Formats: sequence, structure tokens, C-alpha cells
Amino acid sequence: MKAIDREWIIKKVLLVLAMMTVLGIAMIIFFVVKESIPAFRQAGLSNLASSDWSPESGRYGMLVFFTGTLATSLGGLLLGAPLAIAAAVFLTQMAPRRVKTVVGRGIDLLAGVPSIVLGWLGLTVLVPWIRALTNSTGTGILAASILLAIMVIPTITAISKDALEAVPRSYREAALGMGATRWQTIRQVLLPAAKPGILVAVILGMGRAIGETMAVALVIGPATVFPKSLTSPTHTLTTKILIDMGESTGVQRSALFAMGLVLLLLAMGMILLIRLVTRRMQPVR
Amino acid sequence: MTQGNVKLERSPYPYTGQVVIERAATQPNVCDARVKIELRNLGLYYENFKALEDINLHIMCNSITAIIGPSGCGKSTALRSLNRMNELIEGARVEGKVIMDGENIYERDYRVVRLRKRVGMVFQRPNPFPKSIYDNIAFGPRLFGVRERNILDCIIEESLRRAALWDEVKDKLRDSALTLSGGQQQRLCIARVLSVQPEVILLDEPCAALDPIATQRIEDLLSELKNEYTIVTVTHNMQQAARISDFTAFFMIENQGEPGRIVEFGETSKIFTNPDDERTEEYITGRFG
Repeated sequence: MKAIDREWIIKKVLLVLAMMTVLGIAMIIFFVVKESIPAFRQAGLSNLASSDWSPESGRYGMLVFFTGTLATSLGGLLLGAPLAIAAAVFLTQMAPRRVKTVVGRGIDLLAGVPSIVLGWLGLTVLVPWIRALTNSTGTGILAASILLAIMVIPTITAISKDALEAVPRSYREAALGMGATRWQTIRQVLLPAAKPGILVAVILGMGRAIGETMAVALVIGPATVFPKSLTSPTHTLTTKILIDMGESTGVQRSALFAMGLVLLLLAMGMILLIRLVTRRMQPVR
Repeated sequence: MTQGNVKLERSPYPYTGQVVIERAATQPNVCDARVKIELRNLGLYYENFKALEDINLHIMCNSITAIIGPSGCGKSTALRSLNRMNELIEGARVEGKVIMDGENIYERDYRVVRLRKRVGMVFQRPNPFPKSIYDNIAFGPRLFGVRERNILDCIIEESLRRAALWDEVKDKLRDSALTLSGGQQQRLCIARVLSVQPEVILLDEPCAALDPIATQRIEDLLSELKNEYTIVTVTHNMQQAARISDFTAFFMIENQGEPGRIVEFGETSKIFTNPDDERTEEYITGRFG
């Protein structure tokens, strides 16, 4: 076979393989949209967007779950992002080599903890603890947020670390050479220069928090009501789908797919946001 | 220049005035000896590698001292030891003394932040912050607590004027510093150093990344600045050293793996016309390096 023929074949094979991923996502979107059409047709948008979920009387409102998803994810970020960014600053700017290795590996390992294990620990350790402290059921947004915080820390730390390491050394030298302290250098030069990257890290962490199911399912309650406090049972989009999917048919099943569609749109929104962030604030050379 | 209160008179804004008063009170007439910085048996290690050995130098007030020598001879290392920038490298260690105005800057309780304010540094590649021109210059004064807008404005204009950049940028102070040309960026970096009223300015091959015209401007600027500051510059360009410096130190490593040492130090005119050491002559006439 001539070299040119072989190259042609390889090129086409790679093209097909690459198209498979596109095909995959296209099929997922197609299927989810198709399955959720009955819900939109028969229940209607205003029904789906309401906060009343009672399938037996034809109400398929997902606002409770949507709120739960947003609340737990934002809570997870609120707790996790500052810690993760602080960890990234510590690891890149302050830690002696040996500490850096140990702490870095530890955070990497955290990323590998299966979410069911984390959820279980949440249920058996964290929830009783919150229950004792707040005199409530212990389940709910607070418990879920804490677990999500633990889960987003490795993601945000790793990407923020890359962003901080990508800040040219010359900025650091310039600031320190002016007589800036290490802290002033971090606050006024390094963090601003790494800001786009850190924002991307937080958005990716958000994406991870929105999609997380298992750990949240174990500590969220569950209950199909708006939470009265941070420590009262509620639901999220993912946990509702998880718990209801086995025993629903017809429009109710379709409504669950509509919830999946919302999750999908949220994820795409995150990706779009990252695009915007990285384009608007060109990372500094 | 030598006396605190003389300096005070030409201080255009209260901020520096205060600093000068403070300085004068603690270190009266320190510059009378004309020696600003003395390196005494300075040696420097990176981990176990000895980069510099037995460096003895006198850096004179209001003069330009050029450090020349082949690549890897420790020129930059020596320069960076003057404001303790070497400490940023893990495993760097110093022996001997660097005495500025009678104080060893490597003394344990010597405040390095204060030192770096007094001894500013300009790097080989222009390194403005990715901020506006204004904020680049305001960075230093703000570090030291200047918040008042009118004082900052004053410092910024003064610094840019001294760095011969004011006329080119006065109408676009809010533009990003990264929009400036390389030569302008380097003058901006000099202005940034000037903004905190240093006493000594260190320059690490400041023109290495610049074209001849931009180089010319920096050289002119340095010749002017030496009236008010003590300047030490590392350069690869021997014509440059000959043109602008008053004193020249020639550094060299004898063999690979050995530390850099000073071969010869003296007035530039003598080093370039009638050096004592054969190796100096060989280097400046371009026979090696």
C-alpha cells in the first residue's frame, strides 16, 4: 500500500472516531428532548415551571427541585471555593516542596473518593452531627452543601493551581522587587492575573456540583417541599430523578426527562460561561 | 544628595518627604563616604553549587557601576544579592556581607521589604503588570500606604517624567501597560521603581530585549538618573558598559563548575583602556565570551 493511501485511511478513521463523540452528544440531546416532549405537550410549560409536584393530580412542577439544585450547588461553592482557592495559593506560593507534595496528593486523592462512600459518610457521620447541633432532622441543604464542597475542592484546587502557576514569574519578581510582602504580591498581582483561570475553575466546580447525585441523595432528605431552613429535607433535580425513575410512567416519566433536560441546559450554560470568561478576559501572557 | 534635609527640599510631595526625614534621622550623612554598598567576601550557593566566591566590591554613590562578564559567570546572581532577590530561589544561601550605609543587609533582623524599597530592580524583560499605566506606577506607593488621589497623581507624573516617558503616555494613563512598546514598557518599569524613591537602582541587562533606539533612550536616561541615584547594571554589551558606566567589574568563571569570581574592578576608563589583568583585556577585545 502506498504511503499516501495509508495516510488517507488513517485520516478518515480518525475523522469517524472524532465524529462519534459529536454523534454521542447529539443523540443524548435528541433522546432527552424526545422523551420530555410529552411532558411539555400534556402538562405544559407553566405546569412544569410551578412548584407543585403531585403526579397523581397531574401537577409536574419542578421548581422545588430546581431551587434545591441551585441552593446545594451554590452552598457547596460558597464553602468549597474559598478553601480550594486558598489551597491553590498555599500550594503554589508558600508550601515547601515536601508539604506541597503531601497536600497536593491528598487533594488529588479526594477527587477519587467514590461519591457513594462520601454520601454514606455524610449520612452516618455528618447528618447526626448536624442533627445534634441544630436540633433538626440533620438532612437538607447544609449537609448536601458540605458534601458538595468536599467534592468540588479537588477540581477547583487543581485548575486554580494551574492558573496561578501560569502567571509569569516576572510579575511576582516585579512585585517582590518593589518591596511588596508575599501577601501583598498574592493579593494585588497574582490573584488578579490568575482571575480568569480561577473563575473557570469555580464554574467547572459548579458544573460538578449541579450534576452530583448519589452523595446528595443520601443526605438531602428527601422531601418534595421547599426547605424551611438549611437543615430541613428537600430535593434536587438529580435526586428526584434518581428516586422516582424506577416507578414512574407516562407523563411523570416524561417530566423526569424534562428535569434531565434542565440539567443538560445548566451544564451547557456553564460551558458557555467559561467560553465567555476566557474570551472576555484574555489570560495574560 | 548626601544629607537628608537637602533631599527633602527637592521632594515634590509629602509622602517622600516623610520617608526622607525618617531616613535622615536614623542614618545621618551615611553617603559621605561615597561608598553606598560594600560587598565583603560575598559567596553564594544554590544548594551545594557555589555560584559566587569571594566577591569584594565597592559601589559608589551617584555613579553607574557595570557588571560585565561571559554568560553564566554569576553577574545576575551578584546583582540580585544586592536586594536579596536570590532568596526567591529555594536553596539559595549567602555567606559574607553586603553592607549598605553601614548595615549588613543579610543581618537576621534586617527588614527585606524595606531593603527592596530602597534598592529597586529593573529586569531583563520588561515586566509591567497587566494593569493600566497609572496603576503600574501607583502600585509601589499604594503598597506603602499612599491612598490620596492627588498625591498619587503627583507621584505618577513625577516618576514618568524622570523616566522620560511622561510626554508619550500622559494622555493614556488608563490604557493597559501592555499596549506600550518594549522600550516604553522598560521605561515604565524604571518609572515604577522610581515611584517609591529608591536610593539604589539595579538593572539586569535592561536593554537585552530592546532595539538600538530604545536602548539609546534607556542609556541616556540612566546617565541622567545617576545624579540622584546609585545605579548598578549588568550588561552583555561592552560598548554599553564603556559608554555609560563609571566603574566596571569584570566577572568570570575559571572552569566549568567553579564559582564566579571578580577578575578586575575599577574605573571604567581604566578597565577598557588599560586593564591590569590579561583576561580582562582578552574579554573586552572580544577574544572570548
